[in-house]
Amino acid sequence: MEIGLRLAVSLAQIAAVMGVVMLTVMVLTLAERKVLGWMQDRMGPMEVGPYGVLQPIADGLKLFFKEDIIPAGANKFLFTLAPILALVPAMIGFAVIPFGPTMTIELFGMQVKPFVISDINIGILYILAFASIGAYGIILGGWSSNSKYSLLGGLRSAAQVISYELNVGLAIVGVILLSGSLSLVKITEAQSGGFWNWFIIALPFPQIFAFVVYVISSVAETNRVPFDLPEAESELVAGFFTEYSGMRFAFFFIAEYANMILVSCVAAALFLGGWNAPYPGTLLGHLGLDALAWIENVVWFAAKVYFFLFLFFWLRATLPRLRYDQLMRFGWKVMLPIALGNIVLTAIAAYFFPR
Amino acid sequence: MDHIFFFYFAAVIATTSVLVVALRNPVYSALALLIMFFHVAGLYVTLHAEFLAAVQIVVYAGAILVLYLFVVMLLSIKSEERYHNQLPVAGLLGVMLCTEVILLLIQSRTAASAPAPAADPVAGPGNTELIGEALYSTYLFPFEVASLILLVAMIGAIILAKKDLNEQAQQ
Repeated sequence: MEIGLRLAVSLAQIAAVMGVVMLTVMVLTLAERKVLGWMQDRMGPMEVGPYGVLQPIADGLKLFFKEDIIPAGANKFLFTLAPILALVPAMIGFAVIPFGPTMTIELFGMQVKPFVISDINIGILYILAFASIGAYGIILGGWSSNSKYSLLGGLRSAAQVISYELNVGLAIVGVILLSGSLSLVKITEAQSGGFWNWFIIALPFPQIFAFVVYVISSVAETNRVPFDLPEAESELVAGFFTEYSGMRFAFFFIAEYANMILVSCVAAALFLGGWNAPYPGTLLGHLGLDALAWIENVVWFAAKVYFFLFLFFWLRATLPRLRYDQLMRFGWKVMLPIALGNIVLTAIAAYFFPR
Repeated sequence: MDHIFFFYFAAVIATTSVLVVALRNPVYSALALLIMFFHVAGLYVTLHAEFLAAVQIVVYAGAILVLYLFVVMLLSIKSEERYHNQLPVAGLLGVMLCTEVILLLIQSRTAASAPAPAADPVAGPGNTELIGEALYSTYLFPFEVASLILLVAMIGAIILAKKDLNEQAQQ
């Protein structure tokens, strides 16, 4: 009974987080087209619903009813497996993200933490591990399609994801050194009490360089403009998912947007204080409404995540695509030395001025 | 409960290891290896070594195996026949390894090894800290030697790659 109830509560939490993520993906597909439209001085989608707000539903229905094509000569097993391998790691990473304060509520006589699905002591490594698995979906999707464009897109992506994953991992090390923990919950709690405690500017060594490296590398890791070489339209049609249609295509699409949300959540939690407000405590808490303070915290977290998501769109509207050799040179000869230097300096600073 | 998980992980590891060498399509072999890496990580989790489990996936599944796949796809070998006549050598090595394992098992049986009581996973510092301290105190010398070997390998790789470029430039 006890175990069954616990399982039910956990499943409900997982379903809630998945629901929020899928909803955010829907919002993002519309937001991206609208933001791009405004930046390019046009309206964006306007036809479906008032002001075009029902466009994601129309898109979803269209993808759902499209014919599912498996190209001749494709490896059917891997062709089916690849979209799943891309989507699952993108969704599974949200398990360790703290969306709000670590308060507990009583539910059926059990202690439940509503905003943290699981607080494991290697949280950030867990996310890195599953992010690296996401590359398999892309490579295998490209290889199994039996198409030159797909294969080239998949291979490009493999090289790109491995190169930039390294930079993401190294950029995070500085924050881990300062907080002394790999758990995202503990890292967030170490940044409470005002924006001057956020790791992006916190003493003894501000992680501003690590932050820049992380943001650039995570844009590259999610295959977004200006690093979207795996799906460069002008060269590779659509890259690794050229041959995909219908729901399988939708899986790759959702995986890309879920990955964007995931890296935004990690960036917010590691560098910008997660759910902490930029001032000590919470306004609602100061007014004596401690029971409602979590609303303020969750809103701050969402605001930070949406800031990063807006940044993704902004970059897409602003920057041209890099050439492949430029991408590799930038990753290995610029990003990597900065990240390594940041680790050395942070370690020295953390040794002499322990927090 | 622990035993059920152990036998599950052990069975899958053994099966997929055989599949890695038995499958004809190198891409399927790589996938079998991926499943094996995951289950080895699962074994680490049952031993309360979460850090090792995560590193296992990041390093082996996330980086090394992707490179293998990369090479396999660049060479685009559907099935490679050149390496399928190594049965005598493999048999000899297999027999030697089997004898070693059996000898070790007999020795450990006589040495009456009671299973060590499982450490309380909550108490004390986490296994990340413990691994760090062990690496930089007890095993400092082997650690440094390993880094030196990696450095040499890295320089070697760079020289091999550069040599090709120099020759092209001279021609």
